Amino acid sequence: MDVLDLARWQFGITTVYHFLMVPLTIGLAVLVAGMQTAWVRTGDVKYLRMTKFWGKLMLVNFAMGVVTGIVQEFQFGMSWSAYSRFVGDVFGAPLAMEGLVAFFVESTFLGLWIFGWDRLPKRVHLACAWAFSLATIASAYFILAANSWMQHPVGVELVDGRPRLTSIWAVLGNNTALAAVPHTVAGCFAVAAAVLVGIGAWHLAKRRADGDEPVWRASVKLGGWVGVVAFSALAITGDVQGKLMFEQQPMKMAAAEALCHTEAPASFSVFAIGDVSRQDCESVKSITVPALLSFLAHSDFSTEVRGVEQLVQEYQAKYGANYPVDPALGELSGQPIDYVPNLPVTYWGFRFMIGFGALSALASVAVLWFTRKGRLPSTKWFPRLALAGIATPFLANTAGWVFTEMGRQPFVVAPNPTGVDGVWLFTARGVSGLTAGEVLTSLIALTTVYAVLAVVEFSLLRRYARAGVAGVMPPDRPDKSDDDKLAFAY
Amino acid sequence: MELSIVWFCVIALLWLGYLFLEGFDFGVGMLMPFLAKDNTERRVMVNTIGPVWDGNEVWVIVAIGATFAAFPGWYASLLSAAYLPVLCVLLGLIGRGVAFEYRGKVDSDRWRAAWDKVIFTGSLVPALGIGLLIATTVFGLPLDAEGNRVGPVLAAVRPETLLGAAAVVGFALVHGAVFTSLKTDGDIRHRARELALRLGPLALVPLGALVVLAQLRSGSGWTWLAAGVAGAAALVSFARLLRGREGQAFAALGVVIAASVVALFGSLYPNVLPSTLDPAWSLTVEGAASSPYALGVMSWVALFGTPAVLIYQAWTYWVFRKRVSTAHIPPVHVP
Ligand code: HDD
Ligand code: HEM
Ligand code: HEM
Repeated sequence: MDVLDLARWQFGITTVYHFLMVPLTIGLAVLVAGMQTAWVRTGDVKYLRMTKFWGKLMLVNFAMGVVTGIVQEFQFGMSWSAYSRFVGDVFGAPLAMEGLVAFFVESTFLGLWIFGWDRLPKRVHLACAWAFSLATIASAYFILAANSWMQHPVGVELVDGRPRLTSIWAVLGNNTALAAVPHTVAGCFAVAAAVLVGIGAWHLAKRRADGDEPVWRASVKLGGWVGVVAFSALAITGDVQGKLMFEQQPMKMAAAEALCHTEAPASFSVFAIGDVSRQDCESVKSITVPALLSFLAHSDFSTEVRGVEQLVQEYQAKYGANYPVDPALGELSGQPIDYVPNLPVTYWGFRFMIGFGALSALASVAVLWFTRKGRLPSTKWFPRLALAGIATPFLANTAGWVFTEMGRQPFVVAPNPTGVDGVWLFTARGVSGLTAGEVLTSLIALTTVYAVLAVVEFSLLRRYARAGVAGVMPPDRPDKSDDDKLAFAY
Repeated sequence: MELSIVWFCVIALLWLGYLFLEGFDFGVGMLMPFLAKDNTERRVMVNTIGPVWDGNEVWVIVAIGATFAAFPGWYASLLSAAYLPVLCVLLGLIGRGVAFEYRGKVDSDRWRAAWDKVIFTGSLVPALGIGLLIATTVFGLPLDAEGNRVGPVLAAVRPETLLGAAAVVGFALVHGAVFTSLKTDGDIRHRARELALRLGPLALVPLGALVVLAQLRSGSGWTWLAAGVAGAAALVSFARLLRGREGQAFAALGVVIAASVVALFGSLYPNVLPSTLDPAWSLTVEGAASSPYALGVMSWVALFGTPAVLIYQAWTYWVFRKRVSTAHIPPVHVP
């Protein structure tokens, strides 16, 4: 493999991995802050126990989110230095803002929250939980604004062949970002909700006499409702994103549907039978819903949706048929540009995102139904299915990102059809001039470390999840009055 | 003043904050196996930095992010040209962060011993690597006109950059020992102070040598002055520590690192990353800076953001100002 492929694999692996931790942290942080608020307001110890239990799981997960995030911050410069030089004037600003506005708040107030239980007045301590959890959402906003600029560059002019920022408000208010943020944040809540439902239902089914049944019931109920609401929000915001994608990245839309020929009205492919192979999208036979794609793209049932074949011609006319002759491009130098993203990945990525998301929402509804009004099914499959359901929103999130990012290929900065001409960058031109050995070293090293840590994190989460509330709340000590005994976490 | 110069100063300031803050928690991590006698004492040490290490680490994230925003070429060339050293820093930081969080999560000696090793290596390796990177940016890299590395993969590893690595490790050790004596009570406090006194004169030598070397290469009047201040502050720190004034010794060490960073970045100016092949290819403050508009946006953010960060981070230190001793450490309670 050459440097380009290695760098892409590395970026994909580290980023997808980072985004396994991220949604759980974001979703749980807000829900835990909510639980703590309920405790401070009602004084009901059930809510305190919920806060402590779910808060602990969040912390175990948080550490991994932080350390994998650091890699992200350095990676653009390490492996994508040509990209970094190209976009720096625009892209760096939201990234730096994320650090200054969000990460400092997150890390500082989380420290205060963990260690401040007995130290800070109740309300100040609660405020720390909110500062932390709102900062995680702020960080999502800034990084997604940066990412959305790569999907849809706005607020720039072209000077000396590079985009130069002309309006930060255009970048921060990019309609692509304003749609992606609620979609992604809702995806985060879907994850946290499934964790609450899965683990809560498992504990309920165990029927342990630890007196914590109210804790698990409340958790399942909260998770179930959050899950349902999150999925509705995902569908609504996803629909908005689909319409933007139709305007902004028509090729991604066509690839998501494996739509060969322009259709009007265009039908939505629910499921493909046979191969979605790029050489021959004709061979795709799928079960379709007539005119639905037109509706998704443009809110009416007759809009024309351009297919891959027509788009390739349009792209070639606009952005060139061949890569320039440039030694930095390696074997791609002077070669024809392949404008079609990887069809199986985009086609199935889109469907897995929606499908797994829908499954997880179904699971929420089912668990809510089965545990309604103090009921509890005594079957063996109930806790097992509830636990298995936890995986679904993680898979949906991953699929969503893989679809979004791979559907953008061969561009790393996709052209804005109505934007400034020349502001786009082929992925192949973004990569650093490194040796393959260097990138391979880091690919192997990071993947190995991540794999080991995945095992560690998973086993810790399982251990804490199993042990229930008792595992995280020491029994009341007789010397409780001695406030010097701090709530040490380490 | 030009905004590009302001941002050069801001980035120096961010590195300063990072070295000052993470300096002591690198030190605590490296000294843990030597200073602490048993698990309770190790927990005392980890808990002195427990609430703050993550906040300290964000300083490097922001330093790097701000470099990306203000000097994209500097960010791109330094990180790609020094690819493997940067990778080592990242691997170290990954291990360390997880280790602090996970060390106490299972009640088993083997588990703790394993994470203690990660804490030690995860503190040592990034300290080495950060020192090496800072020295690299000061002394330059074999860069071509595009800012790409020419020459060997490990072009960033040279005697003068290794000196930088030793400088940061040495400083972190002293800083960590003084911090431990400042934040703990009981036996360990005295051992930490003893160690700092014995270690200090030797461990600060590489930092001094680095600063002087940079001045010899490209110093000017005022950067020599800063170097002098650093030396003087080191002496003050030692004297105060001898008197048992840990807080003052710690503050004086802060002056040491501040003056050193000023001297190093001051002698680097007007470059941000010199090319060792041809001075015309060096990345400069002027040439590598983002557009005035982008810098202006960032300036507004920094103007409001930085004081806020300083205030709430200072508040954290105040909330956790008490010394920690073995008597404060509750029994292990884990599932
Ligand atoms: C939608 C949300 C989201 C997305 C798309 C990303 N992250 Fe992230 N990141 C977070 C949401 C987040 C977070 C929830 O805010 C984390 C997880 C744990 C934490 O402390 O913050 C975080 C942590 C985190 C950290 C450590 C912060 C600390 O030490 O406290 C860094 C440096 C990054 N991220 C950088 C990135 C970069 C450069 C990304 C782009 C490739 C990226 N993240 C994608
Ligand atoms: C601000 C946020 C992000 C930025 C700036 C960003 C940027 C990039 C860049 C520069 C590449 C390399 C070029 C390429 O191979 O396509 C890439 C690829 C990729 N990114 Fe993103 N990304 C972001 C967020 C994410 C997230 C959160 C994920 C998922 C968890 C993700 C998933 C991927 C994947 C899977 C690839 C590989 C695609 C491929 O190899 O074709 N990205 N992204
Ligand atoms: C009815 C359901 C959904 C629809 C119509 C939908 C639509 C979309 C669209 C069109 C995009 C791509 C935007 C672009 O590249 O321009 C996207 C991205 C994404 N989706 Fe979905 N989605 C749905 C459900 C879900 C679910 C259930 C999840 C996760 C639990 C999810 C997570 C994501 C993520 C993480 C991304 C990438 C980030 C982003 O661009 O916002 N989606 N979705």
